This record gives sequence, structure tokens and C-alpha cells, in this order.
Amino acid sequence: MYVIGELINGMYSNIALALKEKNKAIIQKCALDQIASGADALDISCGPASKQPLVDLSWLINTIQEVTDKPLCLDSGKPQVIAEGLKVCKNKTIINSTTADLDKLDAIVPLAKQYNSKLIGITISVKGIPQNKDQRLELAATIISHCTENGFPIEDLYLDPIVLPVNIAQAQMKDILATIQDFKLLADPGPKTVLGLSNVSQGTNLRSLINRTFLTMAVANGLDSAILDPTDKELMDALITAELILNKNIYCDSYLEAYRKK
Amino acid sequence: MDPQLVVDKWPGTIFTVAIGAKSNEGGSRNEEIKIGGQNCLPLMFKEGVIAHPPQIAFEILDIPGVDLSEELVKVYGAALKDPLSWAQKCVQEFGAKLISVKMQGSHPDFGNRSPLESAKFIELLLKKVNAPLIITGSGDDANDSLVIPACSEAAKGERCLIGSAVQDSYKTLVASVLADGHSLIAESPIDINIAKQLNILISDMGLGLERIVINPTIGALGYGLEYAYSIMERARIAALAGDKTLACPFICFVGQEAWKTKEAKVNPEQGIIWETITATSLIQAGADLLVMQHPRAVSKVSQFMEQLFKK
Repeated sequence: MYVIGELINGMYSNIALALKEKNKAIIQKCALDQIASGADALDISCGPASKQPLVDLSWLINTIQEVTDKPLCLDSGKPQVIAEGLKVCKNKTIINSTTADLDKLDAIVPLAKQYNSKLIGITISVKGIPQNKDQRLELAATIISHCTENGFPIEDLYLDPIVLPVNIAQAQMKDILATIQDFKLLADPGPKTVLGLSNVSQGTNLRSLINRTFLTMAVANGLDSAILDPTDKELMDALITAELILNKNIYCDSYLEAYRKK
Repeated sequence: MDPQLVVDKWPGTIFTVAIGAKSNEGGSRNEEIKIGGQNCLPLMFKEGVIAHPPQIAFEILDIPGVDLSEELVKVYGAALKDPLSWAQKCVQEFGAKLISVKMQGSHPDFGNRSPLESAKFIELLLKKVNAPLIITGSGDDANDSLVIPACSEAAKGERCLIGSAVQDSYKTLVASVLADGHSLIAESPIDINIAKQLNILISDMGLGLERIVINPTIGALGYGLEYAYSIMERARIAALAGDKTLACPFICFVGQEAWKTKEAKVNPEQGIIWETITATSLIQAGADLLVMQHPRAVSKVSQFMEQLFKK
């Protein structure tokens, strides 16, 4: 499982404050803590409150690149912000994200190609959030065909079926899990899959439990990657165990430790 | 269209373990022998780099040859009566590049030799031959836990390969190997889960994975070879896929197993074939270090490897 750490996001008060005060130490510690907990890449978002996202995202990227060469996942809905961020990236990158809208695809896919970046495609469009599996697959097919037509390698594309909070869209959960499997059938080689995990527990009381239960179910459905909080040890333990049960790693009594030694 | 070769690339690399320290590194060996270092499956030359071909060690005991098959008694002759001459014969007459000595004399059934005497033997052996050494216990856990640390200390700085650490008893040995600058054999009973666990336990004590050689425990042809083969293959695939806790080279004690078989005992020629076939099969499973007994079997396996590794 490719783990993308979610904690460097201006939505969180500590990061918002660090951004405001340009406090590098807080950002760098947050980056290193996530990596030590098992993050393979770091999501970076200056959050919706940022008044100058172009400056803020670049500052975050430079600050993080001082302490790690792990891939960075540039998280913004604005292609211009992504483009500015890519310019200062020395580390490998993942663009988070494009939607299935043509203007977005036209702006983002060339950037991903130009910078040799991986790309997250979320199955959403101006028409709104899909309500069932078929709508998700239709949007996924739009993204895939656009990438194919424009020469972007599908194995570098990560499709996100959009997870909704379980207390709002309970009826959709089964569909979302099934979609993870079906995305793979849309192309050969198939696209990869990714989830923004924490959304599933938004507004609930037992967030960590819901996150880890959903994650193990998604892993069983073939999920390749997730944006999550790697410092949630129980979440990571559940992930490692799910992969063990799927025979992705060899069992030993200290398999949790063995995984972390990798 | 010509058929296309499907070439796999692996993210992982097997650790390189060095055996033997030369004078410039504080030892007195004539050579440093390296095993491991490959980033592909055995003999898949097109898929990666096989940094070091498998190596063969000659096995001797620290006491006059006991419990050996008639054929081995015949081939080593009078030298068997004196382990130092036996070692020398392996090097001078049969071209051994590595000597593996089993401290059989410390076993209660074979004289119960003290740790001090055993250590003295190692000192003499180090003077007599200058090939890198592998030192293993007699199999009596209680005595081994005293004798092997004494031998380790006697060979301090010579970068030997010392064994065997097992899941129930590894701490003393790890501490000795760490203190004396050697590498360690980690032995598991044809069990990949225990092999992995043991490596973690050992590395938790501070001995790096790059100083561990896995003894997966093997059976000879017809005596469980295929079990060992599949364990080694599975461990190697996991290691190449990125599992560092299994990315250690393998040592296989081929001679002991082959010459125990009834096929070897009834017919000496058959014994040589048995040892040869067991060894060549294990090379294909991923063996990096073969501990063998019969010089003619060694010679056949060496020829086999020369053919395989011909550029």
C-alpha cells in the first residue's frame, strides 16, 4: 500500500498557524513524523483559508524538501497553484487532483506529463458528486480516455472514487468499495486506485475505528494507495495486518515491526 | 515474430556478506570472500546483477573424523586423524577457498571438549590454514553456548562466519559475534516465518542484517530437498520484492545431509552424485554458500557453476 500522509494541510490549525508565522520547524516535524510512521509520500495543501495559495504552497514545498526527498502530493483544486508548485519541486510529485471536467483535464494532464508526475483523478464533475457505481465508472472512463488520448501513462493515474461520510451516504459505501475493483477493468494496464480516507468518518464519533475498518475493506477490494493519517498507529497496524492476510508480506511473529523495518 | 523474453526487474537487493579479514583489515586470512549482493533470482543474468557467484566451503571437524561415511574416510586418508592436516589437505590438495569447521569435539558424545581447548584448536587452525573460516557448533545447545563464544573470541578480527543462532538461543551468540567482528548464521527449521522472526530478533540486538546468513535447513535429494527449495525460493522472492528482513544470503550444509542418506552409504559413486545433485539444485533455489564434504562432488559442482556463469 502506498501511504500518502495527510497531515500537512492548512485545514489543521497547527499547520494554518505555521503557515501564517512561516514556522518551518512545525512543518518539518510534521513531515518527518509522518515518514517515521510509514508515509511513502506527503500530501501538501495550504487549505481553503489561505489567502495567497501560490506563495503558501511553494513555501510549504521548499520547507519540506529541506528535510526529505519523499514524493510530494500537491493538493489543490486550482491548476495555477499546482503549476506554481511543480516549478519548485525537486522531489517526485503526485498531482492531487483533476476532476472529470474537460477544462480541468486540459489544464492538469499536460502538467502531469511535462513534470513526469503521477496524477490523481477524482470521479467528480461540475454536475456534482456521483450517486452510484455507474456514474463513478462513467467519470473514470472520461478521465482515462483523456489521459490515453494525450499520452499520459495510465499506470501513473490514481483514480479516487470519492468517499463520502458514512453518516451521510451510508447506502453508497458498498458501491464505493466495488468501484475500486471495477476501476481496474477500465484499461490494460489498469489505473491505480486511491482514497482520501478520513472523509469516511467525517462528523462521526468513532473516527479512527471507522477509518481503519473502511481501509481494511478497501484494501481487500484491491486499493493501491490512500491519503490518511499515518501517525494513527492502530490504523497503520490494521493496514499492515490486512496486507498480511492478503499474502502481500510473509508472516512472522513480529510482522508489524518487520513491515516498519522496510 | 521472434519470441520475446519476459524480463522482471526487482526493487530489492540481497545483502553482501564478507567472510575473512586480510592483514590490512586486522585479520590474517589470504582472501576476503563475498557472498550475496544480487538483485535478481538465481541465474537470471538478464534480469539483474549477480555480484558474486555461489561459493563452496569444505567441511571438517575439530577432532579426528568420526561418523563419516567410508568413502570420505578413504578420500581423506591419514589426514582425517589430525584435523589440522585435514584442513590443510582441503586447501592444498583440493583447492578449498573456505573451511567450515564443526566443533564436534565439544559434544558430550564425542569427548566433551572444554571451551578453552576448543578455542585453542581454533587458534591452531588459524595458524595452519589461511583460508576464511566458518565455525559451527556440535548441536549440543548447552555446550555450544559456551564453546562457540570461546571460539569466536579466539578468532577475533578474522571476520569468520559463526553459527548457529536459533530462535530459542541466539542472544549469547549475537553478543559474541558483535564483540568479535564476525558474521552470524541464523538457523531455522525449514520455516520461513521463523527465519524472518529470527532475523528481526537478531537485528534488534544491533547486529545488522548485512552480517546475517540464513541457514534455511535443507534436506538432501529425496529427503526433503523440495521443501527447502520452496522455502528458499519464497524467501528470495519476498526479499527481492523489498522485504529486507529476508534479504540475507543462504548457507546450505549439503555434505552432512547428502552423506547421511542410505543411497550414499550403499554406493560411494552414488554418494558423490547425491551430494552434487543436492548442491546444484540448491544453487538454483538461491544458495550462496554450500558447505560440502567430498572433493569430487565439489569439483563437479564447481565445473557446473563455471558453465553456468560463463560470460
